[in-house]
Amino acid sequence: MTVLSGTGLTRLYGDPCGDCESLTGDDAGRNRCPACGTIVACADVSLDIERGEVLGVVGESGSGKSSLAELLALERGEGHSRGSVRFDGYEGNLLESDYDTRTRLRNDDLALVHQHIRDGLTLSFSGGGNVAEKPLAAGERSFEAVRERVRSLFEQLEVPVDRMDDPAETYSGGMQRRVQLARALVTDPAVVVLDEPTTGLDVSVQARVLDTFRRVQRERGVAAVVVSHDLGVVRLLADRTLVMRHGRVVERGLTDRILEDPHHAYTQQLINSTL
Amino acid sequence: MILTVDTLTKRFEMHVLDGATVVGLDGVSVNVRDGEFLAVVGPSGSGKSSLLKCLYQTYEVSSGSIRYHPADVDLATCDDRTIMRLRGSEIGYTSQFLDEIPRVSAVDVVARPLVESGMPAESARERARDLLSELGLPGPLFEAYPATFSGGERQRVNLAQALAPRPRLLLLDEPTSALDPETRRLAVDLIRADLGPETTVVGVFHNHEMVEALADRVLVLGDGRRRDLLPVAEFEGVVA
Amino acid sequence: MDPVKPTRTGVRTVSEPDHGENHASDGTTGEATDESGGTPVEAEDVDGALAALDGAGLAGYNYAYLDEHTKREVRRAVLKAIAIPGHQVPFASRPMPLARGWGTGGIQTTLSLLGPEDTLKVIDQGSDESVNAANIRRLAERTADVETTTDTTAADVIQTRHRIPEEVLDRDQVLVLQVPVTDPLRKVDPSDAANRRRHAHANYGKMWVHLYENVVEYGEIQVASRYPVTVAGRYLMDPSPIPRWDVPKLNDADNLFLFAAGREARIYAVPPHTDVEPLAFDDRPFQVERFDAPCEACGATDTYRTAVETDEGDRLVVCNDTSFCLKRREDAGLAKDHHLDRDGVDWGPGTPDADDTDQEPATNGGDRT
Repeated sequence: MTVLSGTGLTRLYGDPCGDCESLTGDDAGRNRCPACGTIVACADVSLDIERGEVLGVVGESGSGKSSLAELLALERGEGHSRGSVRFDGYEGNLLESDYDTRTRLRNDDLALVHQHIRDGLTLSFSGGGNVAEKPLAAGERSFEAVRERVRSLFEQLEVPVDRMDDPAETYSGGMQRRVQLARALVTDPAVVVLDEPTTGLDVSVQARVLDTFRRVQRERGVAAVVVSHDLGVVRLLADRTLVMRHGRVVERGLTDRILEDPHHAYTQQLINSTL
Repeated sequence: MILTVDTLTKRFEMHVLDGATVVGLDGVSVNVRDGEFLAVVGPSGSGKSSLLKCLYQTYEVSSGSIRYHPADVDLATCDDRTIMRLRGSEIGYTSQFLDEIPRVSAVDVVARPLVESGMPAESARERARDLLSELGLPGPLFEAYPATFSGGERQRVNLAQALAPRPRLLLLDEPTSALDPETRRLAVDLIRADLGPETTVVGVFHNHEMVEALADRVLVLGDGRRRDLLPVAEFEGVVA
Repeated sequence: MDPVKPTRTGVRTVSEPDHGENHASDGTTGEATDESGGTPVEAEDVDGALAALDGAGLAGYNYAYLDEHTKREVRRAVLKAIAIPGHQVPFASRPMPLARGWGTGGIQTTLSLLGPEDTLKVIDQGSDESVNAANIRRLAERTADVETTTDTTAADVIQTRHRIPEEVLDRDQVLVLQVPVTDPLRKVDPSDAANRRRHAHANYGKMWVHLYENVVEYGEIQVASRYPVTVAGRYLMDPSPIPRWDVPKLNDADNLFLFAAGREARIYAVPPHTDVEPLAFDDRPFQVERFDAPCEACGATDTYRTAVETDEGDRLVVCNDTSFCLKRREDAGLAKDHHLDRDGVDWGPGTPDADDTDQEPATNGGDRT
């Protein structure tokens, strides 16, 4: 049962001349329009995600994967965006929806975990405060209930509960990332978008954080979109994967199939390049 | 009949070698009977692992069909989500080596897939512990992290993980290669005891004793082609 | 001092509206300045001369100091503020003969509202007698020619810093509060642009987190002043640094409340009979201050009290509203709505008994401004 779908998702930065998309892409070998200089961050990407599924999106810098994540998460971005995003339970194209619909969706049902902690957490608030924000904004008025919910999420995401009231800026990178995850999950969203979830984490911490997310994701049946340049992340978390290059999807399929039987030349190159 | 494999061919196009093609499987056909234990043998490079991966759809087939009768689908052409659904409920696969997730205990490695498909956590852990002890894994290691285990210990965890969900079709790729003879015997006993007539196994084994101990029939591959298909009684270490 | 004598300069006092004309030059019969550049004045002595020129410094000033355009703009901002309760309305704040941070917004509002028939009261932290209150009162007296009073019940306009009087205000009265920081969200985000967007979309989650963290630290809500409130169910508002004690007075009052900040150049309002609800959790309610002793001077147990230090170094607890305290000294049981024809005081919080020993003393809230 489809919970989130995107059709013809496109984002351009600059002053499009009209030929940008035909002059860029996989065959052209670039994502910058030679005629007008516009960057075609992603073009004509379509996908859909069913309840409980995890979709991986891999690619290198400039592949368009982060732009795609932003479009799916309905982030206000710069540039020209096109295409449609549909969400189960909401009417119409959400890229064209008003601020209130978008806010409601992003508060209740669709959560984005930002690549950079600074964008996702208010570091001056406590870790618990960051997680409490969404239920409070949604109208929860019992202090004890909020506190209990925060505590429960800290436990699920294996953040020490005794640090709940410390400012988030005093947390380690791994803990901050877990708090971001807690914040994303606190309202039981249907979909979580993870943008480069291992950024800024020590290698020893990465696998643990990802594993925690995987466990919670499966237990709750939350759908997810995981964007990463790191194939290991996608291998661990995603059922299906898209491979992106120059703003286009060059290959898609079951994650293990992509990793062990890549067809597209670029995908093969990517798989072979893993340390 | 549970599986009908018809003229299965798998070619790899290596762009890094300027598009050179490697043939993994060449027109393999076989019918797999419901509840049987089919061993797959052959020299290295004969396509044994490729066959299993095609059945599991880790490899996309180049041509041919794989009819999976209980769901009435052709695994070679059906959509990804059908494969995902079957993998979750009916078809299991295990490679030689344990796919490790750091700092998850041996018991949880085995129990987790069960929990994820709905079994209550305590029952799942109990089944996990039973399997691990049948395979002779020392008790103190149950709650330890497999990263620190020996190859043989890891394989026991791996095998337990494969057996735990009791899938309808179990694909085993050399699950005992690192086990000593004593443990191999335990594995044989466990597999025999644990797998009922409702489980079909297609397994790649290097060790011919295991083949003789477990298989009903043996499929012999060479150079990607089917060379022979015999009842195990007629199989006598044909391939070195 | 000798009474003012009519002078040859013929300067008209500014209690007459002059419609922007410069009467000094019109009225000057003397004409030219003398060789030293001064203005010739007919008088019998120095005092007389000074008195004669008493109004001269105000020559050229409009009624109530501000020009009519400014007053009109302020009134427009006030009307807009009344139309959108709790919403901060920007206005072009003028330089005033008082430093920023000392009530320039309040003064501009008061001067824009006053007419010569009005009576003005000015208090600062509850006291009519502070230097600041006295200066403001003098400016209004001289430029708007109004009567001034210390009696809350007799004032048409009351300008106040950080307190709402104890006596109930009625529908004919306007309370102008001096505000240092107009935006309650400033506490959680210094970015004004981001906060305006939050107000526009009623996006107040961060304020609730602030309150949550406050409860985490103190076990109950410990916000001493500038207690955030929701106005008419829509805008989050900063009631200025009044104590919690005064916050309930904003709800469903008969009078108009205006809030003005000169430095921040914003005005906002709570019209009569508007819902004003302090932010609180269901299980951590809004609470007013508690006091450990009745007023030393009048014995009151139902007023907001502060501790003052006497010249001898003693610490006394007395009513903060000095004019009401004076009245209570005459008549200890005087009701807060004694001047109104009705039953029951619904102004301000109920008062716990001063005999309760497990009460904490109130702390004075508010920042200096």
